[in-house]
Amino acid sequence: MSSPFSINGGACVAMVGKDCVAIACDLRLGLQALTVSNNFPKIFQYGDVFLGLTGLATDVSTVSDLFRYKVNMYRLREERNIAPKTFANLVSSSLYERRFGPYFVSPVVAGLDPKTSEPFICGFDSIGCIDFAKDFIVSGTATEQLFGMCESLWEPNLGPEDLFETISQALLNAVDRDALSGWGAHVYIIEKDKVTKRLLKGRQD
Amino acid sequence: MPGFDFSNYNRNAALHARGVPLPKATSTGTTIVGCIFDGGVVIAADTRATSGPIVADKNCEKLHFISPNIWCAGAGTAADTEFTTALISSQLELHSLSTGRKPRVVTCMTLLKQHLFRYQGHIGAYLVVAGVDPTGTHLFTVHAHGSTDKLPYVTMGSGSLAAMSVFETQWKPQLTKEEAMKLCSQAIEAGIWNDLGSGSNVDLAVITADKTTLHRGFVKPNERTQKLKSYVFRRGTTAVLNEKVIKKEEIGNYVSVEELAEEQLPGGDKMELDT
Repeated sequence: MSSPFSINGGACVAMVGKDCVAIACDLRLGLQALTVSNNFPKIFQYGDVFLGLTGLATDVSTVSDLFRYKVNMYRLREERNIAPKTFANLVSSSLYERRFGPYFVSPVVAGLDPKTSEPFICGFDSIGCIDFAKDFIVSGTATEQLFGMCESLWEPNLGPEDLFETISQALLNAVDRDALSGWGAHVYIIEKDKVTKRLLKGRQD
Repeated sequence: MPGFDFSNYNRNAALHARGVPLPKATSTGTTIVGCIFDGGVVIAADTRATSGPIVADKNCEKLHFISPNIWCAGAGTAADTEFTTALISSQLELHSLSTGRKPRVVTCMTLLKQHLFRYQGHIGAYLVVAGVDPTGTHLFTVHAHGSTDKLPYVTMGSGSLAAMSVFETQWKPQLTKEEAMKLCSQAIEAGIWNDLGSGSNVDLAVITADKTTLHRGFVKPNERTQKLKSYVFRRGTTAVLNEKVIKKEEIGNYVSVEELAEEQLPGGDKMELDT
């Protein structure tokens, strides 16, 4: 039997740009080689913070609901939205709590700091070790392909329009070389005063 | 510590029994070292984090804060080193507050080894603990199973053999601060170049009785050179099927506010009010 991380397939990537961040995911949900759905988004929005989740689909759903609950409780207590850095630490400690019985997910967090509008992205392993990156974060079954694409395509200080093209091309070309990912993609470009969500045309094979 | 949540353990153990491999955690397949000098102690680490053969993070931090005068270098499972040091740091702060004394390195080392021994090696944290306290300068290593060593110079992690070779050929008693810093950074570089699990930069911390100095990126022998050409795509390269823009000021439009007259309030009787 294969690893729980590669039963359902899926890919997610986040990138930093100039005064903006981008996060993108594919839309496939599969059962090993059988594709079950081509509309299974893996990015979730909690206020101003975005969370990408790849891995075992049952855990993707469970964990996304768990953080919706935790973020809602935070907002009721604090009467404000959660900041990306705070949310990253919440994700980290929630995953480490299950150190000896983890959720099979590889989360990615993206957002702008609510006070300084500074771009913030980070990634995690399944037990909550944070990977703070200044450039890009990748996760999912197309990790190796995405690392290659991002390492060559990404450059510093991309504006929102250029960042969209870069992240989209990185994701689309990576998932085309991964049998378990693809079937369309969602891309979010997050700026200070607006969020743009785009549905990409991707191969359906 | 409230403790771990094992509610997924049985599910994951059942999957494992059916041949599902365990998830691979980010490990700091690392080189970490420590060395005592006259008047203080130096610890140093490389900055590569790996997940199997993949380099997960090219510039991670492996020097962890315990208290202003005690620092830790961590190797092994990255999440374990991160959380174990944070937990002990918190316990030590509370201990020092309740005793009204400065935290001691032996106390920190004892808390770490008792915590790690309780978990029988399942918490994969391999640490170099260093610091200066009222009793003097101290340097320890703590293994995941709970054993400890007290030595004038130490190395740990996958690059420990490469780093130890530097210490064993060049170390001498009564080093100066500058000599100790150079020796430690050379030991880490031996790991960076000769151990595949270690790489990128050298982080280094110098702890003396009066202050601690953290040198993040003490040596950067692997700076990425700028690309000669730009790979930015022409706008409109990517085919978009649907686009939705949500502006911050428009978010109010997605919430409908309706004022309800008192008679319109649903559900029976009017609320009684004190007047």
